[in-house]
Amino acid sequence: MAKKSMTTNTGSTGRRGRRHPLATVALIMIGLVTTGGAYALFSSTASAEPSSVNTQASVDEGKKLFSSNCATCHGLNAEGVDGVGPSLYGVGAASVSFQVGTGRMPLANQGPQAEKKPVQFTNEQVSSLAEYVASLAPGPAIPSSKYLQADGNASTGAELFRVNCAMCHNVAGAGGALTEGKYAPALAGVLPVHIYEAMVSGPQSMPVFNDTNLTPTQKADIITYLKYLDKNPSPGGFDLGSLGPVSEGLFIWIFGLGAIVAVTIWIAAKAN
Amino acid sequence: MTVTETKPAAAPTVTETITAPVPSRGARFTGAAANYIDERTSISGLVKELGRKIFPDHWSFMLGEVALYSFVVILLSGTFLTFFFQPSMAVVTYQGSYVPLKGIEMSAAYSSSLNISFDVRGGLLFRQIHHWAALLFIAAIGLHMLRVFFTGAFRKPREINWFIGFILFVLAMAEGFTGYSLPDDLLSGNGLQIINGIIKGIPVVGTWISYLLFGGEFPGTKLVALFYSVHILLLPAILVAALGAHLLLMIINKHTQFAGPGRTNDNVVGVPIMPIFAAKAGGFFFVVFGVIVLIASFFTINPIWTYGPYDPSPVSAGTQPDWYIGFADGMLRLIPPGWEVVFFNHTYSFNIIVITVILIAFLAIVATYPFVEAWITGDKREHHIAERPRNAPTRTAIGAAGVTFYAVLWAAASSDLMATHFKVTIEGVIHVLQVLFFLGPVLAFFITKRVCLGLQKKDREIALHGYESGRIVRLPGGEYIEVHEQLDDYERWRLVSFNEHQPLVLQADANGQISGAQRTRAALSRWFFEDRIAPATKTDLERSSEHH
Repeated sequence: MAKKSMTTNTGSTGRRGRRHPLATVALIMIGLVTTGGAYALFSSTASAEPSSVNTQASVDEGKKLFSSNCATCHGLNAEGVDGVGPSLYGVGAASVSFQVGTGRMPLANQGPQAEKKPVQFTNEQVSSLAEYVASLAPGPAIPSSKYLQADGNASTGAELFRVNCAMCHNVAGAGGALTEGKYAPALAGVLPVHIYEAMVSGPQSMPVFNDTNLTPTQKADIITYLKYLDKNPSPGGFDLGSLGPVSEGLFIWIFGLGAIVAVTIWIAAKAN
Repeated sequence: MTVTETKPAAAPTVTETITAPVPSRGARFTGAAANYIDERTSISGLVKELGRKIFPDHWSFMLGEVALYSFVVILLSGTFLTFFFQPSMAVVTYQGSYVPLKGIEMSAAYSSSLNISFDVRGGLLFRQIHHWAALLFIAAIGLHMLRVFFTGAFRKPREINWFIGFILFVLAMAEGFTGYSLPDDLLSGNGLQIINGIIKGIPVVGTWISYLLFGGEFPGTKLVALFYSVHILLLPAILVAALGAHLLLMIINKHTQFAGPGRTNDNVVGVPIMPIFAAKAGGFFFVVFGVIVLIASFFTINPIWTYGPYDPSPVSAGTQPDWYIGFADGMLRLIPPGWEVVFFNHTYSFNIIVITVILIAFLAIVATYPFVEAWITGDKREHHIAERPRNAPTRTAIGAAGVTFYAVLWAAASSDLMATHFKVTIEGVIHVLQVLFFLGPVLAFFITKRVCLGLQKKDREIALHGYESGRIVRLPGGEYIEVHEQLDDYERWRLVSFNEHQPLVLQADANGQISGAQRTRAALSRWFFEDRIAPATKTDLERSSEHH
């Protein structure tokens, strides 16, 4: 032990002035963490009040992003390309924020419907894009944060959800199948802002629930209910995907009856 | 044993002869009590008769027990639930603990179900025990039926008991369905709406039956009370009676056993009820109970709180019945649209009635299969040896076809979930299943029959020539042979002891006529038995043993 520490001491004194081989890595790490942290801080403050920074600069930035990322399908001026992508006049900032903010746009490939995937842009870029598209024609705006606090009435929200949403998204928000390979996605973990924007913009097969149909307060109630489901796991134990009787039936056949048949085999084997 | 022990003790001293016959206080009390009861009930005859009943041992013979024990669990947990459930559709405002339903108007039935789940101590556990046990009950019945079917344990003298068992199966499904409807939540209401549609699809009387059942236009206000009586009184009473008959007949007919050393058609080899079987069965009851409670403690079943109160307007995506009704729901999903004609200003729709007819026909075939098979084969012997499925290729193939048919319908009930989880279109799933509906059973029939015949050939080969050992021996003459390892007599017995059947031969009756029924029967019998492998006979075996 002593010998070993001696040698290391002499070694370090011998190489005084030379950097430790891991120092470069540590330096890069520190650099990345600080810039990343600062960036995250900056972008989160930017997203906190997105509608107030409606500047021409931001719109121009959005137009640039649009030309390089979206124009192939939606046209250079968002007028749409026949058979490829729809016109974006009047879809509003809410639609852009939802589609790009959940990673559905830019579309990875043509399919029955746009899939949720990792977001390609920063929050700032998303809001620039949204502002650009909103500047073309009036449309649903990004919702005010007061509706997104999930502090409304969960009972009303649950009732509205059952009447308006459950036929596609399932009562527990577990999602469901639509025709021709389309589907209503599961709603667990979706951000309140995206839930709201989906309701006002009606993405893909979803109908638009405008403010006369469901008032902003009612939308806030629905968000409250969905967030309640997120925060409170099933009181009965594991929820088996909230898929109802199908997963329950599979479970009892495979694990319930499976366990019991294993026991019967064990009992009968003991006797022999 | 007792004799050899008492003899030397009695001889030497006087003191010992006095103390030896005096039993201990406990034994004296048990003896006196047993005598007291026997003198007043003559129960000793019954105990003697039942206690000596022999049960053969095989894991698959315990599946019926699983059903019985889960039924006991259902009765116990159900009784607890009746203390707190209110079978009424009166409108109340919920004020219980579950936040997302507070202040919502609902039926007293749903409100009390929620209270059982959230405000009664242990209520949710009991609800989950009751529901999981119900799923297990019917699943165990299903597996038990498959065991009885594939081993031919329904043959004479057990045809009637098969039929009683079938009645139990239907009663269990009815119990399940009425129970599923009681909480009056959205999911159960959607299920009832479907049943209402099926009933209304019956020509002429459908609407009347629907009005009778629901006490007016669906959903009405009387259904829960009606279903409650049916669920907790009427059906359980019939079920228990049929169960008693089922068990009694099982005791009278004795249990089947697989062929084996010393096990013939004329005996039953196993353990007596008292004490070994009773101890094992008692222990097994607690194992089943334990497994159910374990599942109920950890896994949610029927989370009625997320479904919300029943209201005819909303329908949830992914609405399915419990698994045992799934085959009926699947049948509904497979019917192509547009099966209706307009005739004299009336629309006649066939897409529902066709389903009802197909399902009833399927159940009727299941119920009457033993009688049909007995008629086709003309076999009037008693059978107490459970057949290995391969030794009855046609029956096994029919069973496999039936299982495939059921499985296709079952799969169709979850077509939407298959579409979303496997990322395919729901139309694609439905179309594939529609094709499989016709093709699946046919394919299953032929494949299974060929596999059975192949296995039989292999058995016959092994019985006659033994296993290939892979050991090559050179004889003194220079000839090479492979040594076959011979089976011992016990193993061989298992392989060769089964009955060979011959197709019925057409015979003219007393008037020299051959009736049409006779012809069909002969044709069916030929279909049943034309492909068969004869069991290795004694002469075959002797000849082959000389050979090796």
